[in-house]
Amino acid sequence: MSQELDHGRTNAPQGSRIDAYVDRYAARAAGMVASEIRALFAVASRPEVVSLAGGMPYVTALPLDVVGELVAELVAKRGPVALQYGSGQGDPALREQICEVMRLEGIEAGADDVVVTVGSQQALDLITRIFIDPGDVVLAEGPSYVGALGTFSAYQAKVVHIAMDDQGLIPESLAQTIYALQTAGNRIKFLYTIPTFQNPAGVTLNEVRRRQVLEICQRAGVLVVEDNPYGLLGFDGEPLRALRADDPEGVVYLGSFSKTLAPGFRVGWALAPHAVRDKLILAMESAVLSHSSFTQLAVGHYLATQPWREQIKTFRELYRERRDALLGALQVLMPPGCSWTHPAGGFFVWMTLPAGLNSKAILPRAVAERVAFVPGTGFYSDGGGAQHMRLSYCYPEPDRIREGVRRLAGVIDQELQLRDTFGTGSAPGHAGVDTPGPDLA
Amino acid sequence: MSDLGHVLILAGGLSYEREVSIRSGRRVAEVLRAAGVDVETRDTDATLVPAVLSDPPDAAFVTLHGGAGEDGAIRSVLELLGVPYVGATPDACRVAFDKPTAKAVVRSWGLNTPDSVALPKETFHDLGAAAVLARIVERLGLPLFVKPSRGGSALGASIVRTAEELPAAMVGCFAYGDTALIEKYIKGVEVAVSVVDLGDGPVALPPVEIVADGGVYDYAARYTAGHTEFFAPARLPAEATEACAAMAVAAHTALGLRDISRTDLIVDAAGRPYFLEVNVAPGMTETSLLPMAAGAAGRDLGTLCKGLLEMAAHRG
Repeated sequence: MSQELDHGRTNAPQGSRIDAYVDRYAARAAGMVASEIRALFAVASRPEVVSLAGGMPYVTALPLDVVGELVAELVAKRGPVALQYGSGQGDPALREQICEVMRLEGIEAGADDVVVTVGSQQALDLITRIFIDPGDVVLAEGPSYVGALGTFSAYQAKVVHIAMDDQGLIPESLAQTIYALQTAGNRIKFLYTIPTFQNPAGVTLNEVRRRQVLEICQRAGVLVVEDNPYGLLGFDGEPLRALRADDPEGVVYLGSFSKTLAPGFRVGWALAPHAVRDKLILAMESAVLSHSSFTQLAVGHYLATQPWREQIKTFRELYRERRDALLGALQVLMPPGCSWTHPAGGFFVWMTLPAGLNSKAILPRAVAERVAFVPGTGFYSDGGGAQHMRLSYCYPEPDRIREGVRRLAGVIDQELQLRDTFGTGSAPGHAGVDTPGPDLA
Repeated sequence: MSDLGHVLILAGGLSYEREVSIRSGRRVAEVLRAAGVDVETRDTDATLVPAVLSDPPDAAFVTLHGGAGEDGAIRSVLELLGVPYVGATPDACRVAFDKPTAKAVVRSWGLNTPDSVALPKETFHDLGAAAVLARIVERLGLPLFVKPSRGGSALGASIVRTAEELPAAMVGCFAYGDTALIEKYIKGVEVAVSVVDLGDGPVALPPVEIVADGGVYDYAARYTAGHTEFFAPARLPAEATEACAAMAVAAHTALGLRDISRTDLIVDAAGRPYFLEVNVAPGMTETSLLPMAAGAAGRDLGTLCKGLLEMAAHRG
């Protein structure tokens, strides 16, 4: 009988693979598989679940009636322009306004060096597209923004993480890594960094280190890509000076209106040295021809007519209250052995679990207990991060945040008991992405 | 339009298989619409009961996987609401959904199923995991297959090849449920047999053979098109095919199931099938096994679903 089975296998016709194109995808599509973790986030979108997982800004705090009127006015008064193709570089008036926004962080730049992109995510994509050949090295903080890691992976870059502490990227670690990589013949194309209120770690690169990082990169001939979506959402004092403010030639700066206004407009930008800018414009045209004129003009109209600085202040106060709720609840409820960062702005807290716990393995139980977070593994390209999780406080109300932490603390207690019972944590080998889609609260 | 009137599809829910359920629901809605049925899809949330009361459907199709969709809870609610539905009764669901219980029932009917033990996590905590696990390995041998006693889509399931791997597999399993089923792993051909009953008794559709890339039919292999090769009908000798069909129908009957079920089996090198588990709300997605089996039998999925709904409506 077993011979019959084997014989049947060898001579059998091909089966169905559902996807007729399965043998034709590019190598870079290999990691695009269904993910167990994504499936769990599908549950997290239900209102019963307190989601500390997503990074959705709280757009409800916007004067939506005013935004509605602005959009209607835009169509009525400038419809033929707003509904037409635009230039690859973006609307000139908006680029001027973007320079005004960047001035808050010490950046003096001309509108001619700004390229408007579909969120700063597209700027990341374009930068990677023009700089990265397969196998080139991108340096990134460990942990780093999952959307950037996804882009780097799509272009087959090799991501090397640089250690961080509560003051951000560690310059010594950066210098040593660059030296080791270059000595070994690697081509380092750029350092990708989120220096301010980092996603996911919530930490900020201090001023001394900012200078050191720039010096190290200048010396080594490594371009710095500074991603700064949260820079204006600091809870204490004036905005920090951007890296780009002190090195116009060595830094490409990525900005966004997704957190200071609304992500639905999908308006971000890159500020780049002239030659890089020229390539970005051509890359932009080949990607999408031009950004949406409609949303660019809508954002421009908002900036020109509304008290946008006041609105940012409203967001800051709102997020500060939520950060306080999260940190306060963690302090009271988390079992010993857990530690976490204390963000001075932005959306995220990075929590470290007691030894032996694996955040990815905890997520199913957390979802069953109606609370969600993002496992730390999503923020590393090298499989690291299992002992960490990202908790976001941007979307849930403070009371919900406290309830979410209460549930999460219970889950971690149970996991500690399991760890002690079996003398080990879980070692799950799930495939696919470990982070939610962009539309999860 | 069908004389069915309007039909409710339940999809989503709060189980780990929510995403799969939504895809199943979408697929069933599409094929039913194509078959001329007036379809409405709803999630199981607080709006469900008022909506059903204000506009009662003629019948419901439950495409909720895991949890309330398969443990009988939602079907009990449908009965309370007087809505006829496709599939097994709550009592039968409760038995079938709990894998160790289902295994015990089919075994009592003389069906072959791998030796196993089911234990809640408290047992390991109270008695000491090391001693209990060592005894399990001794009695069942290696390799083992560890999975939660309830739930599907291979969530929390893993193959254990060495005794050292077992504790981590247990922790991984307990992430998805409080009781683990530890089963002797049978090497063989993985097969799923769907059973449908359109009023003339349960009939097995052609067995579907599953060959996952890398050999493990895990979540990614299940739901990433292209990562698994399916053979419908399975490439089995005639007598093994018949044995699989007979086992699936027998399991359906033994467990008191109704209308539709899918039994997952392993066929060993000698052509002997082993019952692994049964699904009372089988997946209906593009990569799911029941639609594939229906296709292999030359049956239109929409007509099949519509037939089941008409029968449910008639049953009342």
